[in-house]
Amino acid sequence: MALDNTDVEKIAHLARLQISESDTLEVAQRITNILDMIDQMQDVDTSAVTPMAHPFDASQRLRPDVVTETDQRDDYQKIAPATQDGLYLVPKVIE
Amino acid sequence: MLSKTVAELATALANKDVSSVELTQAYLDRIAQLNPALNAYVTLTPERALAQAAAADAARAAGQATPLTGIPIAHKDIFCTRDVLTACGSRMLANFTSPYDACVVERLQAAGAVMLGKTNMDEFAMGSSNETSHFGPVHNPWDQARVPGGSSGGSAAAVAADLCAMATGTDTGGSIRQPASFCGITGLKPTYGRVSRWGMIAFASSLDQAGPLSKSAEDAALMMNVIAGADARDSTCLDIPAEDFTAQLSKPLTGLRIGLPREHFSSGLSTSVQEILQLAIRKLESLGATFRDIELPNNHLSVPAYYVIAPAEASANLSRFDGARFGYRCENPVNLEDMYKRSRGEGFGDEVKRRIMVGTYALSAGYYDAYYKKAQKIRRLIKEDFDTAFKDVDLILGPTSPHTAFKLGEKNSDPVTMYLEDIYTIAVNLAGLPGMSLPAGMLGGLPIGMQLVGPALSESRLLNVAHQFQLHTDWHTQRPEV
Repeated sequence: MALDNTDVEKIAHLARLQISESDTLEVAQRITNILDMIDQMQDVDTSAVTPMAHPFDASQRLRPDVVTETDQRDDYQKIAPATQDGLYLVPKVIE
Repeated sequence: MLSKTVAELATALANKDVSSVELTQAYLDRIAQLNPALNAYVTLTPERALAQAAAADAARAAGQATPLTGIPIAHKDIFCTRDVLTACGSRMLANFTSPYDACVVERLQAAGAVMLGKTNMDEFAMGSSNETSHFGPVHNPWDQARVPGGSSGGSAAAVAADLCAMATGTDTGGSIRQPASFCGITGLKPTYGRVSRWGMIAFASSLDQAGPLSKSAEDAALMMNVIAGADARDSTCLDIPAEDFTAQLSKPLTGLRIGLPREHFSSGLSTSVQEILQLAIRKLESLGATFRDIELPNNHLSVPAYYVIAPAEASANLSRFDGARFGYRCENPVNLEDMYKRSRGEGFGDEVKRRIMVGTYALSAGYYDAYYKKAQKIRRLIKEDFDTAFKDVDLILGPTSPHTAFKLGEKNSDPVTMYLEDIYTIAVNLAGLPGMSLPAGMLGGLPIGMQLVGPALSESRLLNVAHQFQLHTDWHTQRPEV
């Protein structure tokens, strides 16, 4: 499956990645090569096979619904790009 | 002294031949001398190390020593370390000082191990040569024009060059075993879920596993005794009783049945590597093991299936890096979307962006069944191949890598060429099995490793076989002249 520039722009948008226009063609070619390699899978009939999500088919363990975490906001916000009054600052979202 | 194994150093510390402070300082001196050329460490923590060493000496004097008390080690920079930079080989986290310790870090620290620093790695563990690191490539101590392997290349080079006694690594598709092979050391990828992933920066959550890179199988067992075991903070960590991984090291190999996968000894494997493995096979035969050919008929599908599953999981895991709460934020974002896109576009390197995009594509509407679901079905076929093989054999032996360490720049022009480097290791991650690499010989002055793979939770058996092999060979004691 060959990707073109439009495909790359769409995927990059979905992944919220800025790709410069000058790189788009090369990215498209390299991802196409990867998808060609991946496509070897399509030669195998897997209609009777159950998908495997976990090596031991384990299901997610549950824990009791009790508070275990302590407040570490100061620790976490110390490393943030921008904070104010205990809030994370980002560019204005609502005018 | 610095080339000794952890087991030997523990004896030297117990006999008071050396103190942990002296040992730590000696490693720090050697790092200062050699790291500028090797680039194995990206962050050094000398003050913390010497303080931990002094505390270890005090604990020993008070009669509270464990086998790792006072042993200087290194952590791959994928493990969160409180108040210490944890950059994961990326510009995205080049300013990230972790607010907490990973479980593996916590447990080794509690056992008295001394942290010398953090080791270089491929960006977010995505690579097989260490060349995708934002901090520049690591140079192989055996030949500095060559790669150390990846992604745990800094850890492997540091152990091989005696810049630490042992190191932690992680393995998603071969990232402990392949650098161990390229650097002539021992590396163990445990069963999926053996070791907690808490605080280990996630790449592909259903495949990632932490493990030791060490100078011997015995040392690997000593580290496993500390890092393995249930942890409620990682819901995929197996809730099974603690195990003494050194208990079976001395067991004779009589009656051991080892399988040789035809697919691992066919085209693509050089005859010189084949010859080295034949010698190792004869050695193990002389120790009581028997060999038979087996088949892993779907092995060739492991790389394609992996390059759907791992990027898909990575695209989800790496969505947390958005410039909002921690890590890199672009200059002067005009709006929120611009902040996300430019922070990620500028913060991630090319290989990471490529894998995020492959994963995003594979999970996007209309393609899910053709890629992700298909890959999960292939994953089961690969797992069933191993299940069938282990009905007749106890372990599987083969090459870790098709060849010795390649030259820097030799394979990084085409991603697919690099991906095929992991043709012998990736299936093990997909099946969640334990696997290890240990030195089996030398080729043109470079080490070559052999891989042992066992059924789930058979680490003790793998370590036993590796230890017995190392008692009767000296490949693991060979050191590069740096």
